[in-house]
Amino acid sequence: MLDNLSLSLQNVVKKIAGARRIDPRTIDEMVKDVQRTLLQADVNVELVMGLSTRIRERSLKEKPAPGANPREHVIRIVYQELVDVIGKSTDVPLSKQTILMVGLYGGGKTTTVAKLARYFQRKGLKPAVICADSYRPGAYDQLKQLCEQINVPFYGEKDSDALTIVKHGLKELKGDVKIIDTAGRHALEADLIKEMKQIHKLAKPDQNLLVLDGAMGQLAGKHAKAFDDAIGITGVIITKLDGTAKGGGALSAISETNSSIAFIGTGETLDDLERFDPDRFISRLLGMGDIKSLIERAEESLAAEDLDVESMIRGRFTLKDMHRQLEAISKLGPLKQVMQMMPIGLGLEISDEAYQVTNDRLSRYKVIMDSMTNEEMRDPRIVGSSRIKRIALGSGTSLEDVRELLRYHKMMQNAMKGLRGGKFPMQKLMKRFKM
Amino acid sequence: MFDGVRKRLNAFRKEAKAHLKRELDEKTLERMLWDFETGLLESDVALPVAEDIVQSIRARLLGTKRKHADDILESALRDALGKVLSAKDFDFDEYIESAKKPINIVFVGINGTGKTTTIAKIAHRLKKSGYSIVIAAGDTHRAGASEQIGIHAKRLGVKLIEHQVGADPAAVVYDGVQYTRARHKDVLLADTAGRLHTKVGLMDQLKKICRVTSPDLVIFVDEMIAGNDAVVRAKMFNEVVGIDGSILTKADVDAKGGAAISIAYATGAPILFLGTGQEYDDMVKFQPEWLLDRLFEE
Ligand SMILES: Nc1nc2c(ncn2[C@@H]2O[C@H](COP(=O)(O)OP(=O)(O)O)[C@@H](O)[C@H]2O)c(=O)[nH]1
Ligand SMILES: Nc1nc2c(ncn2[C@@H]2O[C@H](COP(=O)(O)OP(=O)(O)O)[C@@H](O)[C@H]2O)c(=O)[nH]1
Ligand SMILES: [Mg+2]
Ligand SMILES: [Mg+2]
Repeated sequence: MLDNLSLSLQNVVKKIAGARRIDPRTIDEMVKDVQRTLLQADVNVELVMGLSTRIRERSLKEKPAPGANPREHVIRIVYQELVDVIGKSTDVPLSKQTILMVGLYGGGKTTTVAKLARYFQRKGLKPAVICADSYRPGAYDQLKQLCEQINVPFYGEKDSDALTIVKHGLKELKGDVKIIDTAGRHALEADLIKEMKQIHKLAKPDQNLLVLDGAMGQLAGKHAKAFDDAIGITGVIITKLDGTAKGGGALSAISETNSSIAFIGTGETLDDLERFDPDRFISRLLGMGDIKSLIERAEESLAAEDLDVESMIRGRFTLKDMHRQLEAISKLGPLKQVMQMMPIGLGLEISDEAYQVTNDRLSRYKVIMDSMTNEEMRDPRIVGSSRIKRIALGSGTSLEDVRELLRYHKMMQNAMKGLRGGKFPMQKLMKRFKM
Repeated sequence: MFDGVRKRLNAFRKEAKAHLKRELDEKTLERMLWDFETGLLESDVALPVAEDIVQSIRARLLGTKRKHADDILESALRDALGKVLSAKDFDFDEYIESAKKPINIVFVGINGTGKTTTIAKIAHRLKKSGYSIVIAAGDTHRAGASEQIGIHAKRLGVKLIEHQVGADPAAVVYDGVQYTRARHKDVLLADTAGRLHTKVGLMDQLKKICRVTSPDLVIFVDEMIAGNDAVVRAKMFNEVVGIDGSILTKADVDAKGGAAISIAYATGAPILFLGTGQEYDDMVKFQPEWLLDRLFEE
């Protein structure tokens, strides 16, 4: 019983990954797997039902991309639907502001207040923190000690009520970003909801951030709504995503509050706060391209000669490089996911299209390249229409296929040029790949 | 609590009864089971647990002689949820009364579920029954943890054994055990730092605490508002240190109750108490008969 606890879409879909035709039965089976995966990620039941109805309809109605197998077809639609719900990450301006942090008990508010202070501090701003939790024993000391770790000004009073503390704190503290920690509370506690409203009225915060435990189940949306009704939520922070929780509760939290996700918490130390990255989050929800497992897989299967990133980026990125890259990618999984393993905030701008090389196309490209001469591989610019004809004949593909390959190469070459721009932390990447 | 499950359960039984008079074809049964499963999921029963429950009902109902079907249905459902009933064999208060003193109880769980607060509640409860209590401040890690448990111990008038911040928690609990024995106290309640079940180093540390201090009970503290992750971590903690019982907190947060079913299912250990607020009296005994009766109430 319960052996398959960490079920992921990746495992589930394997059995029909080989299916070649998109028929209602295959789609139904896929959609059911998607449904289970999302439910197990704690996405709200109603939301999952709505999503899966749309996914089924679209999967049957829409034409799959050329060469896409049923799995790729459905997953692309799932992805788009999830993007629709999740949207972009909340904008967190690097300017003077006041932030009010609210949430249920033990979700990670206090820790996240200190993490946020650290975040702004690193960005060159001066944060200051107020402890307005007058209920939980030790709350004052907890936040004070965390602030001392990072040398951030702290204001608190041990025996006053929250409103008094906030009033004094805002007056006393100097700083660009004032962050207010509050006690845990929930929808049914009228007194505490009232207290939160009063704090809100007094502090006039620019942002009201809801801290949500990544493991929270079906109630996430309901409680988020109560907070939103009381003070208006501008963004959500999901905590404890360094464990096995998937954070699917956040989906209903953001749709109930009409907001989006700002950060995720990934550990107990104050540097364990990351800006929210929708793509990575979706990967996590679906159990696909999980960062950690990808890195592990990369380390297992990648020898240095497999993926010579250095020469790809520094050099001209010839067709030869691309051939090698395709080989490496087929061992790793989609390039997009490989890229996702890297630290966020790289400023990479590579279009989605560049990545959507399906397995089919990938192998077709390799076949085509096998019919090309060394000279052509080194410098594809010399490939004119007569050479295209020869290559197509030799590889048993069409002229359009060969042209497509050349276009894809061009696109990748440009992308690689972009990487050369300087922002790319080469060292880090090399280390990840043990090069 | 458990209203959602109860409603679905009743709807399921009613429909099943109506159908059983005629023919319960597979398609109808599948739809009914799916509705029921959805009800479990909406109440935060984890997916693999919900599927397991539904699977066992399906197995029993297929090939049922129609005239006995209602009994079979009820017993299938009771069996399926029956693991929650295992708590019958274990009564916390009786255990404390009859077990050889001193009793060493270690509380474990992930971050922020309510371990420290629960220890304070248990101390309060046992003290009211006349037992002498010692608390070991085994969370030497989290900021403010020492102050938090210090405040509780002071309010409750309970002896606190404490080392400095960052000390080896196994040593703290060990000291607690020694102290409790030397002073002929009845019960040691050992707090530990919250840890995610995936952190190997921290789980090893927990193993060490248990090895060094041989607790009589290891109590897993989790929260009722948790979703699917509850079974994953319950199972992991159970594998690493062996859980004798669980306490589920935050039942007052409008919780649907599924986490209790999930965790009992995943660990096979009884649920002892539910936390129902932040005050010392906010804890009720978990009574499986009550749960089942409530589920089958019409
Ligand atoms: N592993 C992990 N633990 C976290 C994270 N955020 C908070 N915690 C822990 O969760 C517990 C509760 O956090 P706290 O800030 O006190 O929550 P609050 O009651 O909402 O203020 C503490 O043990 C924190 O160290 C996170 O992102 N990852
Ligand atoms: N509403 C409610 N809050 C609780 C309950 N148990 C604990 N809490 C709160 O949850 C938060 C975390 O509790 P704590 O004991 O520090 O958790 P620990 O990190 O596991 O030791 C605190 O704010 C507690 O007041 C409960 O049963 N109901
Ligand atoms: Mg706090
Ligand atoms: Mg604690």
